[in-house]
Amino acid sequence: MTLPHFTPLAASLFSLLAIASLLLTFIMLGSRWLRDYMYAFGLQSWMIAVLSASMGYYAHFPELYLVAVLTALFRGLLLPYLILRILQRLGADRELHVILQPSTALVLGAAGVVFALVVAYHLAAAVGVSSQVVILALTVMLSMKLIGFLMLSVRHEAISHILGLLVLENGIFLGSQILIPGMPLLIELVILFDLLVAVACFGVLARYLMERAGTTSSLQLRKLVG
Amino acid sequence: MTLLLAYIVLVAPLVAVAVCAMTRSPRVAEAINLLMALTTAVAAVPVPFLTHSTQVALDGYLVVDPLGAWVVLCVALVYALASIYAIGYMRLLGEDGRLPRFYALFAGFAWTTLAAPLMNNAGVYWITVELTTLVSTFLVGFEHAAESIEAAWKYIIVVSAGITLALLGTVLFYWAGTVALGPVYDMTWATLTRAAPHMNPTLVTLAFLLVLVGYGTKAGLAPMHTWLPDAHSEGPAPVSALLSGALLNIALLGIVRFGAVAQGAGVGAVSRLALITLGVVSLALAALFIVRQRGVKRLMAYSSVEHMGVMALGFGFGGPLGVAGALYHMLNHALNKSLMFFGSGVTMRAYGTKDMNGIRRVGVYFPFTGALWLAGALAITGAPPFGLFLSELTVLRAGLTPAHSWAVAVMLILLVVIFAGFLNHFRVMYFTGAAPETPPRSEAVGPWCIAAMVLAGVPVLILGIWWPSAFTGVFRSISSALAGGLSP
Repeated sequence: MTLPHFTPLAASLFSLLAIASLLLTFIMLGSRWLRDYMYAFGLQSWMIAVLSASMGYYAHFPELYLVAVLTALFRGLLLPYLILRILQRLGADRELHVILQPSTALVLGAAGVVFALVVAYHLAAAVGVSSQVVILALTVMLSMKLIGFLMLSVRHEAISHILGLLVLENGIFLGSQILIPGMPLLIELVILFDLLVAVACFGVLARYLMERAGTTSSLQLRKLVG
Repeated sequence: MTLLLAYIVLVAPLVAVAVCAMTRSPRVAEAINLLMALTTAVAAVPVPFLTHSTQVALDGYLVVDPLGAWVVLCVALVYALASIYAIGYMRLLGEDGRLPRFYALFAGFAWTTLAAPLMNNAGVYWITVELTTLVSTFLVGFEHAAESIEAAWKYIIVVSAGITLALLGTVLFYWAGTVALGPVYDMTWATLTRAAPHMNPTLVTLAFLLVLVGYGTKAGLAPMHTWLPDAHSEGPAPVSALLSGALLNIALLGIVRFGAVAQGAGVGAVSRLALITLGVVSLALAALFIVRQRGVKRLMAYSSVEHMGVMALGFGFGGPLGVAGALYHMLNHALNKSLMFFGSGVTMRAYGTKDMNGIRRVGVYFPFTGALWLAGALAITGAPPFGLFLSELTVLRAGLTPAHSWAVAVMLILLVVIFAGFLNHFRVMYFTGAAPETPPRSEAVGPWCIAAMVLAGVPVLILGIWWPSAFTGVFRSISSALAGGLSP
């Protein structure tokens, strides 16, 4: 694989940011309060923005600076603001019914990370890359994917579902910044924009859900079966 | 010439969106949407037959190739038929005030499904597929009943979550391509296919499986189909037709295009086996749910799962025969399923229930449309002399190789189960039971609805008797493009 060779300092910076993002995912997984969940997401987006900027600096992709600024603005500020507004409108502040206790969820999440690490090692060996940063990026990308799906399946509040989806996307974004920093700018911009539209749609739909179905918990949505 | 037609296909629905967003008159909105839908169809139909080589435009972001053009043809036909039908059907809902918004969304949805097959860049294609979800979710929830909103919510969550897997797969394909192409390149389908022989097989396998699950969610392949019966049954009937006949096909297109890349990277056997497995699972699951279904539109929805499974099998078997069968099936299914949803919509409105237990003696009350719907039911289960019989037979023949004969055997058994189960519901609805106490509202079946049903039904019969030779040429060029110029 053609990857830029990083200095040890750059490599440790990337690793630090990737691991911090993974930790924030665990904070989301362990918390029951939707507001904490949202702050962790916002912070994670800032981590990714810093990662983009430092990747732009070390790997000489100046357009990544723009991506970093937009990531910070869109994912770090605008999306949390939108979600905060949805939270206030819906009047939901925490998960009322949990299928899994947070502690159990954390253990499952840890198992997911181990699995992701194994897959990442095998993949890196097959591809013939021995760079630790690449293995770490793959691990974080895959484990955020697994944890995102875990959150989607064990939580019921509409807001948790939206945030779960955003974690899935953050994982891909983070991984792609390290693996393929050269991905054309236009694609990244449109994906950012697309995310914004998606959250707006989720918000509108969640409001309808509240109005018409009288609940935002998917536990109550069981009219359609079979 | 083909590019000009492609531009018309892309611009006409946008005109409809713009006008519908500005007008407040429901009649103007209907008229402009119908006009633009017919324009789109007229422009889209000749494109596959005029496209002899791949053409690229708009700075490399737009591509017109035989495969994309064929999907556009299917989508445009469904859009035109659904627009004719919508005029009659949407007036029944008694929500004239919201009709302009409906048509704006409807045309917008049609635009996203028409644009996706013409996108040359795998990333942009992903974005258009995601856009189809965002627009159509409001159409699914348009009736604002608690069930519709529930269906819309399930739809957007399940499909958005699934499609992030496709994005991850796309990112991994890009990474795999950097070996041959360097860190910065435009991820067009042609570039990916060219770089495929240099890609790492393990990485491509993983990437393809992610793409398969991701776009498979959108294409309604089991076991990722869970959103499909809800969304199809709760949306208004024209929307169901567009979801089934257009949306599912464009998601399948993504799988097929990435499948060609996987084929080029030397992991064709694994990727095709995965596609075949999902196809068989879809057929099996659809068979189970069709047999014991009670909702009339849910029945049609599970039938869509079945037919996506058949197409997946066709593309999975591959070769000129498999690809031709799958593509022919795509067209037949798009037309036939539109007819079925149109029939379900008016029957549902006439009897005032979605439950098949409340629908009795359809043939007595609606001799003409009832007969048409019944013929459609025969056709959709793959009975001769209709189009789907011919295409399913082609797919079956394509699978008759030592490697795939197990799938053919399972497919045959399941098709028979579905045939019996599906038609049994129609037997009960047509020929058994007492007539309902309050006779069905005959005004539910208006001229617009009948016209759309006739226009969808007649071609299904014609395509069953006559396989146009022009199609053969298109299918041949598509299958050789998918095989990457290699002999299959």
